[in-house]
Amino acid sequence: MVGYLVVLLLVLAAAAYWIGRTRAIASVNGDVARLHSLPGQHGMFLALFAAGPALLAIVLWSMVTPGIESSIIADRFSAELSGMGVPQVEAFIRDAHAMAFGGLVGFADPTKEAAAAVYKSIHATSAWIIWAIALMLSASGFYWAYSRIAQAYRARHVVERVLRAFLITCSAVAILTTIGIVLSLIFESLRFFQQVPLYKFLFGTHWSPQSAFTGAGAEAGAVNQDIFGMVPLFAGTLLITFIAMLVAAPIGLMAAIYLSDYASKSVRAVAKPVLEILAGIPTVVYGFFAALTVAPYFRSMGESLGLNVASESALAAGVVMGIMIIPFVSSLSDDVINAVPQSLRDGSAGLGATKSETIRKVILPAALPGIVSAMLLAVSRAIGETMIVVMAAGLAANLTANPLEAVTTVTVQIVTLLVGDQEFDSAKTLAAFALGLVLFCITLTLNIVALRVVQKYREQYD
Amino acid sequence: MTDAISSFGAVGRPVSIHTDDAAKARLKGRYRAETWFKWLGAAAVALAGLFLLLLLSTIVTQAIPALRQNYLTLPIDLSAAKVDPAKLDAVNYDAIAQEALTAKFPDVTSRQDKRLLRGLISTGTGVFLRKDIAADPGMLGKTVDYAVPLDDFADLYLKGLLADVGSDEAISTSVTPSQTSGDIDLTFGDAAMLALARGHGATEGENGMLTLTSGASSLLVAFNSGTVKLTALSPGANGTAVAKGTVIEALDSTAPAASGQAFLRVIDTPEASRKISDKVIVWLDTLKSAGLIESRFNSIFFFTGASREPELAGVWGAVVGSFLTMIVTLAIAFPIGVSAAIYLEEFAPKNRLTTIIEVNINNLAAVPSIVFGLLGLAVFLNFFGLPRSAPVVGGMVLALMTLPIIIIASRASLRAVPPSIREAALGIGASKVQTVFHHVLPLAMPGIMTGTILGMAHALGETAPLLMIGMVAFIVDIPGGFTDPATILPVQIFMWADFPEAGFQQKTSAAILILLVFLVIMNAIAVILRRRFERRW
Repeated sequence: MVGYLVVLLLVLAAAAYWIGRTRAIASVNGDVARLHSLPGQHGMFLALFAAGPALLAIVLWSMVTPGIESSIIADRFSAELSGMGVPQVEAFIRDAHAMAFGGLVGFADPTKEAAAAVYKSIHATSAWIIWAIALMLSASGFYWAYSRIAQAYRARHVVERVLRAFLITCSAVAILTTIGIVLSLIFESLRFFQQVPLYKFLFGTHWSPQSAFTGAGAEAGAVNQDIFGMVPLFAGTLLITFIAMLVAAPIGLMAAIYLSDYASKSVRAVAKPVLEILAGIPTVVYGFFAALTVAPYFRSMGESLGLNVASESALAAGVVMGIMIIPFVSSLSDDVINAVPQSLRDGSAGLGATKSETIRKVILPAALPGIVSAMLLAVSRAIGETMIVVMAAGLAANLTANPLEAVTTVTVQIVTLLVGDQEFDSAKTLAAFALGLVLFCITLTLNIVALRVVQKYREQYD
Repeated sequence: MTDAISSFGAVGRPVSIHTDDAAKARLKGRYRAETWFKWLGAAAVALAGLFLLLLLSTIVTQAIPALRQNYLTLPIDLSAAKVDPAKLDAVNYDAIAQEALTAKFPDVTSRQDKRLLRGLISTGTGVFLRKDIAADPGMLGKTVDYAVPLDDFADLYLKGLLADVGSDEAISTSVTPSQTSGDIDLTFGDAAMLALARGHGATEGENGMLTLTSGASSLLVAFNSGTVKLTALSPGANGTAVAKGTVIEALDSTAPAASGQAFLRVIDTPEASRKISDKVIVWLDTLKSAGLIESRFNSIFFFTGASREPELAGVWGAVVGSFLTMIVTLAIAFPIGVSAAIYLEEFAPKNRLTTIIEVNINNLAAVPSIVFGLLGLAVFLNFFGLPRSAPVVGGMVLALMTLPIIIIASRASLRAVPPSIREAALGIGASKVQTVFHHVLPLAMPGIMTGTILGMAHALGETAPLLMIGMVAFIVDIPGGFTDPATILPVQIFMWADFPEAGFQQKTSAAILILLVFLVIMNAIAVILRRRFERRW
């Protein structure tokens, strides 16, 4: 029903544009040059005031009403709900909502049906209210703006100011996102740290949140604080990242050097797209490749060498992750190497150095800060990578440095803890947010350090 | 004089530290290092190419079998006795199809074998049959030839993916059976069969007895329009060989088959290490040689939703889910991203706030995608109470993730428009807003579109954040709107990759192939846009 209202307002806006335009032209008897603003700007002005406030009101309404409606329901049925805990009340309201407006209903009973009926009537009332408010706002906005349209009225300034405000709001979305990430992570993590002390989380060496409570079922006791130690996860993440960098750093760097200094035009025309395709392949595809091709291959190769390789070995996940990061390293290094001025190469060649000597002794030292920064960014990327490790690395936390064993990572644990059914107050699910906070901090630090390295140690040649 | 000559080289120049033998050796070493270095670089590039080739070829070779599905044509009895036209929904169509199949094999009598036989056709047969009857009531009241999809194991066997089967070879000696059914003895005219059994992993026993266990290859002998599976062999009198065997398909007589009349089929994969038994293989081969099995384009895979049964699982639900999610992402990320880029590039004063926004955007671009999933879970689902598994939430999360990419690309594109355009517009009296929207933005649009498409391609392949907001649920229905529960293509791939059934491995690869095709199309559009419309100033 509110959907129709939005459509109606959009139609009104279009009509208002046309009316405003016509009135502006009429106000100068067709001599458009005498207007301060263009007729179209007058039209925009009228349309903005006819539909804008009403649309804002609808947005506000749709954000606020669900909460108000369910609190009214909870209030009216407080007698029936008095004996229930928070999750049951939530389930009750969810079911009543689903019965009223369609959706998956858990199980129906007469109380819920009554609640659904109330829900419907409240919702109908609130929809009528918003219709009335929106139409009133629209009419008054239209009346006010219509009366302002005149030959000397500066409609352009108003329209442009509104537009600029819109642009600023859009830029602020980026900041809002960051604030949202930081706040939601910190908020949920704080709830986690109320149950598990920070030092046990950061320095504990035992991780098995599946048995989060002492006792089971109805006898579930307090949270077992000793099973939330993230050291094994962190060690696993570092191990896989290290293997990935062992693959990606040399290959990516050498590929970048070759493509920027050695390759002929035709080779570059083939090799660059190859690297771009490698970069564009979704990580879930790499994960599938790692789990179904690379891991069994390593396992059978290890068997033939007499080694015991786990089927979810860190090696397989790390190598495939390394392949994924190659294009990232090579494109960043490529930029850095190309940024070294040609005069350095020419000078080195003039002294009789071969190309490789120039690269090794002149260009790489000059590009070192950039390359270090590229590697740090690649490490940050590898630490935050999820799908490959979810599909190819293990689930059990295992504190080991042996790449042939299965290890688990921070991202794997976040996914395992949050996929599937979850209640939002258990230490188990909150632990995922604490892990997310750690992940966010690590990657952010790495990015900032990478930026600082370039800023601080970059040689200014020009 | 001799000293003077010795201090001059062959070309008559004086020998110095730069031209003596040691120097030449040094030079040689340097050139060698140069070549080495160059080849190392080439090897790195080649290795990257090799990885790509390996990845794509693995996916493509696995995906190809999934593009076709085998159908079995059965005479389905839809007469009024079986199907009451008044109560079409109450009919057990599966049972009718299974009856038609068991009627083809009257010899199969034991309950276990009958169940095995019924399992040859897909469990979705009844659903297809009901749908087709509803579409064409003319099928009712008679027996129609109807093609039903085969179960995934049968399908995989016929595609040659479950067992290595040799072709039929004529046995160059006579074969005499003792009975026509049950456990029988076979007498071969010569001992060649013994050597053959040894070569296929038979276990040696006493007195030259050879036992073919389930760890050895299966030897099937077909003659007298039946099939016997050999279980044991021993040397007989006068250089013959005697074999014990189990009849899989009844023979029509105990008459000896002459040389060249009996055929041997070897299934190299031992029965213990494959998921299809000898019986099923024989049945399928019989049906196939009767011309009843036909391989068709796998329309089930392309046009249906997910299923637990590999042969019934399709990607259409996931494709629609992806499409809905992408629409939401585009509708949010494109206007906001372009607006933010315009503000930051054209209007923003250089102050602390804009610097913070810029640093912020660059940092957002490097935040791991899973953190965006956590944001979506905490804010959209738990705080705003939006529905789980819905494309609208997935689209919003992906939009936040794509936003930095679009902003960065759009800013680069706006920056590439030369100042002279702006100055010219301002010079003839355009306002700042008019300059930007009438002149700068249209010129920057191809670059912005390219960046947006690349950002969308990135979002299309993204999986991790969507796992957090519940798009990993098992959803059979095709989503019809933005708030319906849905899954998306990469998440579908992730889920199928986890399923243990062999058939899903091909399906996963095929789904990956579809995803890659979409990505290739999007990237191709981006490249074309860049080539055709982007101007170098």
